[in-house]
Amino acid sequence: MNVRVTSGAYAERALPIIQELKGLEGPMLPILHAIQAEFGYVPEEVKPVIASELNLSRAEVHGVVTFYHEFRDHPAGRHVLKLCRAEACQSMGSDRIADRARQLLGIDFHQTTLDGAVTLEPVYCLGLCACAPAAMLDDEVYGRVDEHCLSDMVAEARR
Amino acid sequence: MTVTIFIPKDAAALALGAEKVAKAFAREIEARGLDARIVRNGSRGMFWLEPLVEVRTERGRVAYGPVKPGDVESLFDAGLLDGGGHELCLGLTKEIPFLRQQTRLTFARCGVTDPLSLDDYRHYQGLKGLEKAVGMAPADIVKQVTDSGLRGRGGAGFPTGIKWKTVMDAAGPQKYIVCNADEGDSATFADRMIMEGDPFVLIEGMAIAAVATGATKGYVYIRSEYPHAIATMTAAVKIAQAAGILGPSVMGSAHAFDMEIRSGAGAYVCGEETSLLNSLEGKRGIVRAKPPLPALQGFLGRPTVVNNVISLASVPIIMDRGAEFYRDFGMGRSRGTIPIQIAGNVKHGGLFETAFGLSLGEIVDHIGGGTATGRPVKAVQVGGPLGAYFPRELFNTPFDYESFATKEGLIGHAGIAVFDDSADMLKQARFAMEFCAIESCGKCTPCRIGSTRGVETADKIRQGIEPEKNRALLADLCNTMKFGSLCALGGFTPYPVMSAMTHFPEDFEPAPMVEAAE
Repeated sequence: MNVRVTSGAYAERALPIIQELKGLEGPMLPILHAIQAEFGYVPEEVKPVIASELNLSRAEVHGVVTFYHEFRDHPAGRHVLKLCRAEACQSMGSDRIADRARQLLGIDFHQTTLDGAVTLEPVYCLGLCACAPAAMLDDEVYGRVDEHCLSDMVAEARR
Repeated sequence: MTVTIFIPKDAAALALGAEKVAKAFAREIEARGLDARIVRNGSRGMFWLEPLVEVRTERGRVAYGPVKPGDVESLFDAGLLDGGGHELCLGLTKEIPFLRQQTRLTFARCGVTDPLSLDDYRHYQGLKGLEKAVGMAPADIVKQVTDSGLRGRGGAGFPTGIKWKTVMDAAGPQKYIVCNADEGDSATFADRMIMEGDPFVLIEGMAIAAVATGATKGYVYIRSEYPHAIATMTAAVKIAQAAGILGPSVMGSAHAFDMEIRSGAGAYVCGEETSLLNSLEGKRGIVRAKPPLPALQGFLGRPTVVNNVISLASVPIIMDRGAEFYRDFGMGRSRGTIPIQIAGNVKHGGLFETAFGLSLGEIVDHIGGGTATGRPVKAVQVGGPLGAYFPRELFNTPFDYESFATKEGLIGHAGIAVFDDSADMLKQARFAMEFCAIESCGKCTPCRIGSTRGVETADKIRQGIEPEKNRALLADLCNTMKFGSLCALGGFTPYPVMSAMTHFPEDFEPAPMVEAAE
C-alpha cells in the first residue's frame, strides 16, 4: 500500500482552493479542475486533503480522479498536443496525421518527449467535425490539419 | 456612419484562422483611418466558407469567405465597407443557398448577433418566450411544450413536455434543471455552436423550464473539450444575472432561478443522463439503473429535468410563437426542426437546420455536395459513435426518429459523418468496439468486457483466422451487448458494428492471400 505522509507544501497550496469550493453542490470536479490548474496535475499528496475536507475516504477521491481521462497523475510536458481520433476526423485521414505526429515527436500517445516539450494525447471529438481533421495545441484549436500544419505545430511546441 | 464588420469567434472559425483575420482587419482599419467596428459573432455554420466575414450594408449583410489574413488588404481595396465586389464575395449572406434553404428556428440568431450582447438578443426577438412564460401557470407552459411535439434532441427523443410534467408534479423542496452539454458524439457540434453563438437562448430555455417545473437552480454540464463554449456561457450567465434574468426574481417575477456552469473531465459516458448526474455530484461517472427516474430522483436525489442543449434552446421560440407554429414543421411523430450537422469527408460541411423529413441522400448529396475528396460516398455514419453506418442503398431514408429506427439506426444528435470509398468498414467496426472499451464506465459486463473481446474478434477476422466463425461470434457479442447493457454506450455500440457487417460484407472478408504472400 502506498502510505505517504501528506507533504505540508502540497496541503498548504491545496487547502485554500478546496475550502473556497467545498460549499458548492457537488464540489469534487470543480476542486479537481482547480487543483490541476494549480499544480498541472492532481498530486497524490492532495488526495487525502480533499478526502478529509469533503468527508470522504481517500479511496473515493482516488476513484473519481482515475475515472476521468482529463485528470493527470503526473505533470504534462510544457505543451499538450491533442489530436482528434474520432470518426469524422478519421474520414479525413486523421490516422495518417496521428502516425506522422508519433514519428515527428518520437513518442506514442499518452507520452511526453524526453526534453519535456510536448505531451501527445488523443481526444475524442473537439466539435470541429466539419473542418476535420482537428487538433488542439494547448488552448489553440486547428482545423483541416495536414502534414504541413502539423509540422508547424510541432516546431512551435518544441521552441 | 460606423460600418459593422462581423468576424466569427466560433471555435471552428478560430480553428480555420479567424483570429488572425480579425487582427488583420483591426490593423487595416486603423492604418486606413476607417470608421468601422468589428463584432465577433457566432458562426453561420458554413464551415467550408470560414472564416466568413460579413459587412452590414444598406442592402443587407454581404459575405466574403473563406478569408485569409493576406486577403484583407485587397478586400478593403475592393470596397468591402460598401459590400464591393471581390473574388471572395459571396453576395448577400441570406441569399447563400445553404442558408436560404434552411428553417432556422433554434439557430435564428446564431451567427447573426454578438453572442454576449443582451441588446442584440432582445433586438432579435430574444426573451419574448420567457416574458410570456413568467405570466403563465406552470401547467400551461408544460402543455404548450408538450403540444409542440418537441422531443429530446440529445438522441433519445423522449417528449420534453412529459419529462417536465413529471418534475412539475414531483414534490420536493428543491428541484433542478440540468442541461446536458456533454456533446461527445463525433460529427456533432450544434450544442457547441449555440453555446458559443447564442448563449442567452439556452439560459432563456432553462429559465422557462425552471418556471414551469418549480426548479430554482440550474447547471450546465459542458464537456471540457469545449473551452470556448465554457468561457462564453460563463460570461453570459454573469450578464444575465446582472440584468435580472437570473436571480431571486426572474424578469421581475415571483420565480427565483439561478444557474452555474460546470465542466466535465473527458468522459464520453457522462453524456448519458444518469452518469452525468453522478459526475455533477462529484462521483465517478457510473451509469445509474432506472428507475428511479432522474425526473423524480435526479441530482442529489431530488427532482431534476435533464435536457439536451438544443431541446432547451428550442423552448423559447415555442413559448414565443406557440406550440402550433413549431408543430407544423416536421413529419409523423418528429415535429419541429432539427439542426443537422454534416461533417467528415464532405464538400459543404456545416449546420443545416430544417424540418424533419429530408431524405439522407438529399442531405449528403445535395446539401453536403458529396465528398471533400471528390470520390464516391461509401457510407455515412448517422448519430455519432453509437450510430449505424448507412450505405447508399438506404439514402432514401427520411430523416426522422421512427424511419431511422426501422432501418436499425438512430438519428441521435443528428450528426452525419461522411466517408468516401477509401473507408474500410471492418476498421470502423473495430473502432466502435475500441471506443466503447476506452469509454465504458465499467458497470455492465457486456459493455466493459464485450467491447474488448469485440476488438480482438475484429482483429481475428482481419487476420483471416476462422473468419466465418468469428463473424458469427461478433454478431453474437453484439446481441449480448445490446440486450445486456444498462445504457446506450454498450447497448448501441452494436449499431455501427452490425451495420458495417450487414451492409459492407466484402470488407469483412479476410485480406486476399496474394497480399500476404508478397
